[in-house]
Amino acid sequence: MNNIQKNRWKDQVFKFWGIFCTVIGLVLLTIFIGDILIDGIRRIDWDFITDLPSRKAENSGIYTALMGSIWILALTTIIAFPVGVAAGIYLEEYAKNNKLAGLLEINISNLAGVPSIIYGLLGLEVFVRIMNLGASVLAGSLTLSLLILPIVIVSTREAIKAVPQSIKDASFALGASKWQTIWHQILPASGGGILTGVILALSRAVGETAPLIVVGALAYVPFVPQSPMDEFSVMPIQIFNWISRPQAGFIENAAAAIIILLGITFIMNGIAVYFRNKWQKKWK
Amino acid sequence: MEITMENPKKKGVVLDSIVDTSLKKTPKIETKNIKVWYEEFNAIKGISMSIKPNTVTAFIGPSGCGKSTFLRLFNRMNDYVDGFSLEGKIKINGQNIYKKNVNVEELRKEVGMVFQKPNPFPKSIFDNVAYGLKIQGIKDKQLINDRVISSLKQVGLWEEVKDDLKKSGLALSGGQQQRLCIARTLAVEPSIILMDEPTSALDPISTAKIEELIFQLKQKYTIVIVTHNMQQASRISDYTAFFYLGELIEFNKTKNIFTNPEKKQTENYITGRFG
Repeated sequence: MNNIQKNRWKDQVFKFWGIFCTVIGLVLLTIFIGDILIDGIRRIDWDFITDLPSRKAENSGIYTALMGSIWILALTTIIAFPVGVAAGIYLEEYAKNNKLAGLLEINISNLAGVPSIIYGLLGLEVFVRIMNLGASVLAGSLTLSLLILPIVIVSTREAIKAVPQSIKDASFALGASKWQTIWHQILPASGGGILTGVILALSRAVGETAPLIVVGALAYVPFVPQSPMDEFSVMPIQIFNWISRPQAGFIENAAAAIIILLGITFIMNGIAVYFRNKWQKKWK
Repeated sequence: MEITMENPKKKGVVLDSIVDTSLKKTPKIETKNIKVWYEEFNAIKGISMSIKPNTVTAFIGPSGCGKSTFLRLFNRMNDYVDGFSLEGKIKINGQNIYKKNVNVEELRKEVGMVFQKPNPFPKSIFDNVAYGLKIQGIKDKQLINDRVISSLKQVGLWEEVKDDLKKSGLALSGGQQQRLCIARTLAVEPSIILMDEPTSALDPISTAKIEELIFQLKQKYTIVIVTHNMQQASRISDYTAFFYLGELIEFNKTKNIFTNPEKKQTENYITGRFG
């Protein structure tokens, strides 16, 4: 075997190893989704979505948990979106290359890797106890906002970085101020990227369980939150609660709830992909 | 070679003519002993020159000689570069533009700039030209409309795009894009236009159109252009400045620079012996 043949052979081996690795992930995901679908799809009907939780598995629904998740999602968006995007703009456009920005940057990257339960503990101490918000939707949303802020900031910065310097130069050269350049050029050009990042971060938030348990979200809530100060439950906690029950009916409920939660995440990711593609086209 | 170059008679004629014209018109741009640093690197090493109104001045010199840096001083585009520092005075219309209370945005309305690569905004043709007016807070639609049309007409783009002003500026050809960028600059009504190698990314036909345009614009504007193309400098400019390693080697009427340069370095450069 000469050198060329050897290289070709290596090439082939690596190709098949790559295919194998990709397939492992896909197969496991398919088995998981298939299993869940078999267990839970029969349980999903309109009543399951609109029923309150109950001691009896067959009467239970996800209504309060679903509404709790929507409340949490909405409030987290309202808090994390403006704060994260503003911080990203500041770091990328204003504070470039000063020492404080360098320090912030390292910290933000590190924060993105902190386990979510730690955020839960932080939320419990700061929001629930010191700020006296109690185990409310607001406290939960603030905690999740902290959790996803690093992701929002980093993806905002990446999106802004992708805007060509030539566009900024052109804007400045026409007499635009920094803010005008950000508002009229940078944000419209990076909007798709920013939105994609925010949606992906939110779809992570909607699946978070640990920090909300620590903050004090309830496993059983017989009512839907009416204000940010009300107690709440969310889908993942409801699922966790059902799975830990011994009765078979609750296992089926959990599977059904997982399907709905997965559906929500897929839809959100789909929207993110849609925005990304739409904005990319605009550039051409 | 050297002997003919240093013919004292000719030298005297050259100097006289410079003194004559500079007395007639007050300089549009005047720099005094300008030094520029990027961190420790001394990019410009003490340049003084004055540029007269309604002339085209070409900056030539090998890459890294500081000509673009020098050009970008006139509209303060170097302000954003890390580690940039400046010594000396630059006066535009008699005003020191690096004084503390200078409004940089106002300066840039007076001193427009066209870049090396055409860089239209990812907006419609109309919005590209109207941008400079809109950021000034001008809301008068009639005025904006008129200014957009007259700017597009000035750069000879009107006939080509009048039916699809809503089309993206990025959909135009490279040469059209560059003329759009010039129109965008004209719409703000500056009196000085800086051009940083405006044709280096364009084909010969588009280049010819831009050169013709520069010739016409001279009537109303003072133009300073950086170019790597010797023929272009000799075709379109009235004055030529030769830069080398951060210094201004020679600055004179273009005719003199290209037919009878005073310095050996200038001659070597324009005849293609280095650079």
